[in-house]
Amino acid sequence: MTTPMTITEKILASHAERDAVSPGELIEVNVDLALANDITAPLAIRVFEELEVEKVFDREKIALILDHFVPNKDIASAEQARIMTEFARRHDIKHYFDLGDSGIEHVILPEKGLVVPGDLVIGADSHTCTYGALGAFSAGVGSTDVGVILATGRTWLKVPSTIKLEYEGRLRQWVGGKDLILYTIGLLGVEGAAYKTLEFSGEVAGKLTMDQRFTMANMAVEAGAKNGIFEPDDMARAYVNERAERQGTYFYSDSDAVFEKVVRINVDDIEPQVALPHSPDNVCPVSRVDHFRLDQVVIGSCTNGRIEDLRVSGEILKGRKVARGVRLIVIPGSPDIYKKAIQEGIIETLLEAGAVIGPPTCGPCLGGHMGILAEGEKAISTTNRNFIGRMGHPKSEVYLSSPAIASASAVLGRIGSPVEL
Amino acid sequence: MKYEGRVWKYGDHVDTDLIIPARFLNVSDKDELAKNCFADVRPDFAGNVKPGDIIVAGVNFGCGSSREHAPLAIKAAGVSVVIARSFARIFYRNAFNIGLPILESNEAADEFSEGELVSADLITGEIACEGKKKRFFAKPIPDFMRKIVEAGGLVRYVKNKDSL
Repeated sequence: MTTPMTITEKILASHAERDAVSPGELIEVNVDLALANDITAPLAIRVFEELEVEKVFDREKIALILDHFVPNKDIASAEQARIMTEFARRHDIKHYFDLGDSGIEHVILPEKGLVVPGDLVIGADSHTCTYGALGAFSAGVGSTDVGVILATGRTWLKVPSTIKLEYEGRLRQWVGGKDLILYTIGLLGVEGAAYKTLEFSGEVAGKLTMDQRFTMANMAVEAGAKNGIFEPDDMARAYVNERAERQGTYFYSDSDAVFEKVVRINVDDIEPQVALPHSPDNVCPVSRVDHFRLDQVVIGSCTNGRIEDLRVSGEILKGRKVARGVRLIVIPGSPDIYKKAIQEGIIETLLEAGAVIGPPTCGPCLGGHMGILAEGEKAISTTNRNFIGRMGHPKSEVYLSSPAIASASAVLGRIGSPVEL
Repeated sequence: MKYEGRVWKYGDHVDTDLIIPARFLNVSDKDELAKNCFADVRPDFAGNVKPGDIIVAGVNFGCGSSREHAPLAIKAAGVSVVIARSFARIFYRNAFNIGLPILESNEAADEFSEGELVSADLITGEIACEGKKKRFFAKPIPDFMRKIVEAGGLVRYVKNKDSL
C-alpha cells in the first residue's frame, strides 16, 4: 500500500530518499539548487569558510545573484558584492550573475531554465518560494543554512502540512494573480499559513499564466507559508521546455492526499485588491480605498517585474500621462524582460507617459535605493511588503497592488482602477 | 543555559524590517548591525540595551525577510533570549542556527512588563520574574533543535556530527 501524499510531500520524500513522508517529520534532504544574493551571500560565505571545507558541494547547483543593492549603491554594498564575486571566481560557480546578465533572482532563475518541476530549491531569501509556480518545492532560509548547504548540498526540513486553496469562478476584468494572492493573504492573515504549504489549485489557478503563478507563489511567505506550489500542467511544461536543459520530474497530489484544510474561494466577486499600510494582510477592494494624493508609484520586483506586468502597464499608460507630482518608477526584472519591453514598444510608451525606467534591481522594494520615500510620503507599489519603513522613512506609507492598479493610480494621482480612466 | 535580564516588550508581528531596516544591510559585521537594531521603531534600544536583557513579544516575531542580520543584530546588541508567543519560520531557524536562544510562551507575553527583571532557562523552559512570583514554562524545544543549541549553533553542530 502506498501512502497518499501531496505534491510537496512527494518532492520532499524523493529528496530525502524515502518512500513517504508525513507532516511534522524532520527530514534531511538533498538540495538541487541553493541560492543567495548580495545581502545574504556574504554571511553564507563566512559560514562556509568556518566549516573549513575546501570545495563547494557542486559548482553547478549554486546560484549567486547580485540584485538587492545593484548597481552598488555605496562603498559598503560594493564591498559586500566583492566578497561574492571573489567567492564565485574562486569556486568557479556556474550560475553567478552580475550586472549585465543579472536581474532579480526570482525572475531570472526560472527565465534561464535553472529551476524545473520536482526540484528542491533552498534560498537565502524569503521569496525563494516563487519557484513553486513550476511545481518545485522551494523555501527561503537564512544565510547559515545556505552556508552549510554550500558545503554539504544537504539541509534539514520539517515536513509542512498543506492548506489547499481552490479558486473557482470567473475572474473580473483587471483581476489577476496579484489580486488573488492579496485576497488570500487577507483571508488567512500574515501568520495564517505559518510553517505550512499553500497549494494553489482549482479551475482558475489552472488558467493563470506563468507570470501570474510566479506572483502568487512569490507571496506565499506573506501568509507565513514555507512554500507555495502549483501542480505543473502543460503550460508549466511548455515554459520549462523552452528554457531548461533538464527535464524535471512532474509530481501531483494524490486524490486521497491529506490536507490540513481545503479553502474554496469563489473569484466571481473579487475586485482588484489593495493592501493598506502596514501589513500585506490589511487588504481591501480598490473601490473602497480613500482618495489621497500619491507621491510615488513603483512597478517591478520579484513579485511583479515580469514582461506581462510591463505589458499591462504599457496598455494602461498608452497615450496617457502620469499625474503631475507623482513619480512613476518602472523596473524590469531582468535584462531579457527589459529588451523585450523595448522591442514591444512598452518602454517608449512608459517614457512618453512620464515614467522613469530603472535597471533590473530589487532597489526600492526593500528601501534599498532608487526610489526611497521621504517622511509622510505615500506610494502604491507592485512589490510584496508594506511594513513600517519598508520603502524609506518610517513615517512613509506603502500600498500594495497589481501592475494594473498601480499604473491607473499613476495617471489618476490617487489609488484607483483602470475603469476610472 | 540560564539567562537573566530586563524585559524589552514588543507587540505582535515584529518584522525583520523593524528589527534591522534594509538600508543598514550593506554590512554584515554583527557589531555594526547591532548599532542599528530597532533603529526606526525604538531608537532608544541600541544605546540602552544591557547585556543579558530579554525581549518579550507577541505572535509571529521576525516575520518578513530571511535576513539573518536580524537575529545577529539582536544577539550582538546583548539580548540573551527572545521570548514570544510565536516566531515566523525563517527567523526561528536563523535564531537556532546562529545561537540566539528563543522560547515560546503565551504567559510571558501576557504577564511580563517592560523593565521587569526576568530569568529564563533554556533547558527546562522555566521563565520567571524576580522572587518567582510569576513562573511559567515555555513550549519545549524539539530535540533536534536543542542539539543545535547545545552544540552552539549549526556550524558547530555540523562540524561535530559530520553529517547533513
